[in-house]
Amino acid sequence: MQKQEADRLRRLAAEIRIETLRGLGTLGFGHIGGSFSIADLLAVLYGKQMNIRPEDPKWEDRDWLVCSKGHAGPAVYAALCVKGYFPKEWMLEINKPGTHLPSHCDRILTPGVDMTTGSLGQGSSAAAGIALGNRMNGKDSYTYLILGDGEIQEGQVWEAMGFIAQQKLSHLIAFVDYNKKQLDGYVRDIIDEANIDERMRAFGLHSVVVDGHDVEAIDAAIEEAKSLQKPACIVLDTVKAKGCVFAEDLFANHSINISAEQMEEGIRALEEEKRRWA
Amino acid sequence: MDFRVLETIGPDSREMRAYFSEKMNELAERDERIVYLCADLVGTLSMGSFLKKFPERGYNVGIAEANMIGVAAGLAATGKIPFCNSFGPFATRRCFDQVFLSCAYARLNVKIIGSDPGVTAAFNGGTHMPFEDVGIMRCIPGITIIDPCDAAQTVWALEEAAKNDGVYYIRTVRKGSTKVYADGSAFEIGKAAKLREGKDVSILACGILVPEALRAADALEKEGISARVLDMYSIKPIDREAVAAAARETGCIVTAENHNVIGGLASAVSEALGETFPAPVEKVGVMDEFGEVGPEKYLRERFHLTSEAIAAAARRAVARKAK
Repeated sequence: MQKQEADRLRRLAAEIRIETLRGLGTLGFGHIGGSFSIADLLAVLYGKQMNIRPEDPKWEDRDWLVCSKGHAGPAVYAALCVKGYFPKEWMLEINKPGTHLPSHCDRILTPGVDMTTGSLGQGSSAAAGIALGNRMNGKDSYTYLILGDGEIQEGQVWEAMGFIAQQKLSHLIAFVDYNKKQLDGYVRDIIDEANIDERMRAFGLHSVVVDGHDVEAIDAAIEEAKSLQKPACIVLDTVKAKGCVFAEDLFANHSINISAEQMEEGIRALEEEKRRWA
Repeated sequence: MDFRVLETIGPDSREMRAYFSEKMNELAERDERIVYLCADLVGTLSMGSFLKKFPERGYNVGIAEANMIGVAAGLAATGKIPFCNSFGPFATRRCFDQVFLSCAYARLNVKIIGSDPGVTAAFNGGTHMPFEDVGIMRCIPGITIIDPCDAAQTVWALEEAAKNDGVYYIRTVRKGSTKVYADGSAFEIGKAAKLREGKDVSILACGILVPEALRAADALEKEGISARVLDMYSIKPIDREAVAAAARETGCIVTAENHNVIGGLASAVSEALGETFPAPVEKVGVMDEFGEVGPEKYLRERFHLTSEAIAAAARRAVARKAK
């Protein structure tokens, strides 16, 4: 990837973080941790990899995204509004009565959201069904699935992986946001999810681990997965709340309260980050 | 509604699964959006022919019902009309959250077919004997629930499910059934079918208890009790008008179902009556018990799912009305 292209994606990642923080900060609380850890992935997907038409969210030849860790919805909404699916002002209405942007992803309420999620694990099967349906419909579309590392404690994820491998759903690329923390603490202290890539390979998927905050590495891993013509799972080594100055070093940063000062401080730092890649 | 009750109501010479398989094949031939998913009961449910004929549209998804339902939701999102099939408890209880969230809450067009309802699970025993499936599914907003009584009604229900948008749950007997309606009979979602007029009591039955209700009405007639019989195949939406009219015009109600009296037809009817025309209700159904193993005939008697139990309930209802 050209440096110019990588820098563009880095700026997009900063913008996704800014809009996420503006939305959740205005609300005063929210899932900062798991939203910020996937911002770089979303920048690569929405900024480069995904074949989409923001003006036609249901375009039948589009690539699909299922954010199975539905609580990271705000980061997805941020990517969608930056891409022009809806006005950025909508971000200020997250979780307000009658909003288009609920905490967890909703395919009915939000233009550009392809699947409703929120009960962990379920997006994995839905993504499998979408990939299968698109194949049956003769589409070349890719289906991208985002899972959390805590989420893969759900048995349904592994039911789905078995199915995905069995049906050779080569146009499904899963990501595990390996940020090492779940709501109650470190994943390793609850159900240790070490060696995710090995487990995915044992299920029959292509799987690698990459730096989940390196847009070039993420992009290269997706390109490699596409070239192999088999289902893939890219494990993203990430930091929970990455890039949120007041949350990154907190132990418990799954869902946090955000003051107006923190929001301003956070956005200032991210604007600076964005300028760095200008 | 365009149905005809047969003059002779008796055992069907074909197994229900033969009708099911035939209808699914017909639907798939007519509409390329139809997809069939089965959790490792392809042989048991006689769907081998479908998988052979439509290899791209029939899948044994393995013993993984939660994934089956989620895959169906994804397929529906791409415009398919997936039918998910397993034994009743595993198509509902086992994967309730997936049905609730990935299908219904996500407003996706998924059909769920639960085989072997209630005591028809027979030799598979209490673990496989759903007396709660209708109850748990009935809490899902917008779902349609059909408990057909025979082959003609099952075939009609499958046709409706394929035709209409939204989550459907249909109970299907697998083997022996009683033929009640002429082939090609048609019904309406949200309506009850009046099978017999009566003035002293109304028997509201669904599923395999419909023929029992007709037998009970015959027996009651000999005692001078005139019983209306309604086939309540559409448990949700329920025909509130027919329920209220039955109470208003006959003064008391008997419900009869192959299910726990909590959550299913008895609950749905009682709720409708409470809001329309309160009247005495006597319930025939499983009295908040678990299932057990045994021949279907034994289980029908064990759980009092018989014409005799319905007639006894009718006498009680009539007696309560008199006070």
